[in-house]
Amino acid sequence: MAKWIKVKNNTKINLSDIPGMGIDELRRQIIELAKRPIGFFGKDWGFGCVRLFVILADDANGDLYLSSAIFGPNDKSYESITQDVPAFHMFEREFYEQFGIEPLHHPWLKPVRLNQDKYPFFEMEGEEVHQVAVGPIHAGVIEPGHFRFMCNGETVYHLEIMLGYQHRGVEDMMLKNPSNQLAESINGDSAIAYNIAYSQAIEALKGIEISNKAQLIRKAALEMERMAIHIGDLGAIAGDIAYLMGAAVFGATRTLVINTMLSFCGSRFGRGLVTVGGVNYDLSEAAIQDALKTFDKVGKDVDRMVNTMLKNSTVMSRLEKTGTVSMERAKEIGLVGMAARSSGVDIDTRFDFPDKWMGELDIKRKPFKASGDVNSRFKLRYKEVKESLSMIRKIFDKLKEYKDEPIIAEGVNNNYSSDAMVISLAEGWRGEIVHIVMTDINRKISRYKIKDPSFNNWYGLALAVRNNGVSDFPLCNKSFNLSYSGNDL
Amino acid sequence: MILKMLNLIVLLFVPFLMMGLIKKTKAFWAGRKGVSIFQPMYDFVKLIKKDFVISKTTSVVFNIAPLFAIATVLFASMFVPLATGKALIIIPAGVIVFAYTLGLGKFMSLVAAMDTGSSFEGMGASREACFTSIVEPAFFLLIASVMVLTGNYTFGSLSHIIESAGSYGILITIFAVIVLFIMMLVEGSRVPVDDPATHLELTMIHEVMILDNSGCDLALYSWANGIKMLLISSLIACMVIPHNLPMLLHILCYLLVMGIISIAVGTVESGMARIRMSHVFEFIFVMSSLSLVVMSLVMAKMFGG
Repeated sequence: MAKWIKVKNNTKINLSDIPGMGIDELRRQIIELAKRPIGFFGKDWGFGCVRLFVILADDANGDLYLSSAIFGPNDKSYESITQDVPAFHMFEREFYEQFGIEPLHHPWLKPVRLNQDKYPFFEMEGEEVHQVAVGPIHAGVIEPGHFRFMCNGETVYHLEIMLGYQHRGVEDMMLKNPSNQLAESINGDSAIAYNIAYSQAIEALKGIEISNKAQLIRKAALEMERMAIHIGDLGAIAGDIAYLMGAAVFGATRTLVINTMLSFCGSRFGRGLVTVGGVNYDLSEAAIQDALKTFDKVGKDVDRMVNTMLKNSTVMSRLEKTGTVSMERAKEIGLVGMAARSSGVDIDTRFDFPDKWMGELDIKRKPFKASGDVNSRFKLRYKEVKESLSMIRKIFDKLKEYKDEPIIAEGVNNNYSSDAMVISLAEGWRGEIVHIVMTDINRKISRYKIKDPSFNNWYGLALAVRNNGVSDFPLCNKSFNLSYSGNDL
Repeated sequence: MILKMLNLIVLLFVPFLMMGLIKKTKAFWAGRKGVSIFQPMYDFVKLIKKDFVISKTTSVVFNIAPLFAIATVLFASMFVPLATGKALIIIPAGVIVFAYTLGLGKFMSLVAAMDTGSSFEGMGASREACFTSIVEPAFFLLIASVMVLTGNYTFGSLSHIIESAGSYGILITIFAVIVLFIMMLVEGSRVPVDDPATHLELTMIHEVMILDNSGCDLALYSWANGIKMLLISSLIACMVIPHNLPMLLHILCYLLVMGIISIAVGTVESGMARIRMSHVFEFIFVMSSLSLVVMSLVMAKMFGG
C-alpha cells in the first residue's frame, strides 16, 4: 500500500483509501517530501485512540498528499516535526492543544487559543530592554489580541502575539449545526471566501454539480471581496502613515465596490449570496452593466491615487524597507497567500489548484517583483485589485452565455456520503482558506477542520517587525491585516 | 487696559479657531465637508463640563501637571507680542524666561506621563523629551542671532530685522520663518512629526502622554497645546507684520497671518505622510542648520560689512 495518496481539492475521498503509518515513519516521510503543510489535525478514533491526518500541498502540480497515523491510548508524545520543518509549528501547537499529544522538543510549544492566563512569554533581560504590552483591548474598532514587544529604546527585538480571545468553538459548532450562515460568520471580512469553501465541501459530499452560472457568480463575488478589502487596506495603510488624501480616496472607492455587492445580494459583504448548491441571487443584465460602469471608475481612482502615493517621497520613505520578511523566511515559516506572494513565494490557490474557468477565461498568473516589505505588500494589493478587475470583466462577459441556467442545482437535500472526506480550498483575499470535512458511517459530519491564512501568517508579522521601530508596528500590522477570529475560530 | 483684555481674548479664542481652521483645511484636501471651525471650541466646553477619572497608580504630580501646563503657557504668553504687536511684559532676556517657562510646563507633563506607570506614556515622554532637546538650542541660536543683529534684547527685535539688516534681513526673515514654522510643527505635535488624528498609541508622541487625562484636565492640555502653537505663530507674525502699522490694521494683519499659518499647517498635513520616527531628528536638524545659516548671515552682516 502506498504511503500517501494524491488527491484533488473539492473531491470526495473515501476514508478507507487513506493510508496510515507509524508516526515516526510519517515524520520521516514528511521531512523527506518537503512539501507545504495545509492540514495537520487529529480526530478521535474511538477507544482513546487519535488518528492524525496530514495534508501536504504540491503547488507545482496541483496535487494534495494525504496520509495519517494512529496514536494509541498510551501514546502521548512524538518527536516534533517543527524541529526540522518550521512551517509545522502552529499546526503542532494546535494538535497538542486539541488532543494533548505532545510534540517533543518543539521549540515554541505555547497555547494557540486557550489558557491565555498561563501563556509563557519569551523574556529578554538587560538594563536597556523594556517591554511594551498592547491589548487585548485596542484603540479603534478592531478585534482583541495581545501583543508584547521586547524593545531596546525604539527598536523592537521581538514581538510575541497571544491570541485566542475570539475562540468560539466554530469547529464544534460546525458539527452540530452546519450552515451557510455559520460559515460566513466565521471571519467577517472573508464572508464570501469562507462560504464558498464551505459550500464546495458540502457539495462534494452530497454529490451536487452546480451550474456554470452559479460558479461564475461565485467567482466574481470572490474577486469583488478581494478588491474591496485590498482597496480598504490601501486606505488604511495611507491612514497609518497620516497620509490623509490616500485614506480618504481609497475609503470612498472601497464603498463603491461594497455598495455594488449590496445591489447584487442585499449585503455589502456578500452575506447570503453563496449557498450550498449555487447562489441565492441572480445578476440581472442591468445590474451587471451598472457594476461594470462603477468598476471603471474604481479602476481609474485606484490607479490615480496609487500613482500619486508612489511618487510622494514622504510616503515611500515610510513604506520602503519597513517590516521586511525575506523569501527564505517566508518559505521556512510557511507563509501563505498575499503575505507569501509579497515576499516572493508565489503560491495562489486560484492558479495552483485551478478550476476549469481559469483556462476558459484565459486568466494567467502575472509576475510580481517582490521585496517583502510594506511597500511590496502595498504594491501587491494594487496589482491584485487590477487583476481582479480584469477577471470580473471576463467573468461578466462569460456569464451571458449561461443566461438560462438555474442558480441553484438539484440535490441540495441529498444525504452526505458516508465515511468520506473532502478538502476544500478557496483563495480568500488573505490567502488559502482550507475547509476539511469528514463524515462517519451514519452520514453525519464527524470532523470539521478550518484553517485560515492568518493561522500561518501571524508569525510572519512577528518576524516582520523585528529590528523595526515600535512606531512602525501599526503600519506593518495593517500591511498584513490578519484576522483574529479566523485564527481563533 | 482694553489692549490687555484683547490679549486674553486672543488667547481664549484664536488657538481653537486655528485648530478648527487646520481641520477644515484637511477636510478640504480630503474632499470632505469637514466639521465646523468652531468644533474645537465646542469640544473644549464639553470637556470642561465633564468629570474626570484619575488612575489609582498616579500621585499628586499627575493631578497638578495640567495646571502647570496651562499656567506656564499663559505666563509665557505675557512675554510675546500678540495681536497688538506689544508684549505685556517687556524685559531684556524675556526670551529666556519664555523658553524655560514653557520648558517647566513640558517637564511637568513628562513627569506626569511617567507617573501613570504606563509603558506607552513612558515611551511618549522619552520621545517628546528627545525632540525638545534638539529644538531648544536651535531656537536660542535663532533668537540670539536676531537680538545681536538688532541690538534689542526683547522679542520686539523680531520686527526690526529688515530695517537693521536691509537685504540680508529679507533672507534672515525667510529662514527664521521656516525655523519657527518647523518648531511650531514639533511643539504643536503636528504632522510630519506627530499625528494628532491617530488612534495608534504606539506611534503617538504628545497624544500618548495625555492618554490617562480626561475631562477638565484634558481640556486644559489641549488648550495649552493650542496656545503654544499660537505663541510660536505670533513670533512669525512679529517678523512679517511691519511694526509701525495702526493698531486696528495690525490686529487684522495678525489674524490674517494666523489664518495663513493654520492653512499652511493643514496643507502640510494633507500633502505629506508622517516621517518615520527614527528620521524625525533629521527633520528637526533642518531647523538647527537653518538657525546656523541665520547666525552666519548675521555675522556676515555685522563683521563682513
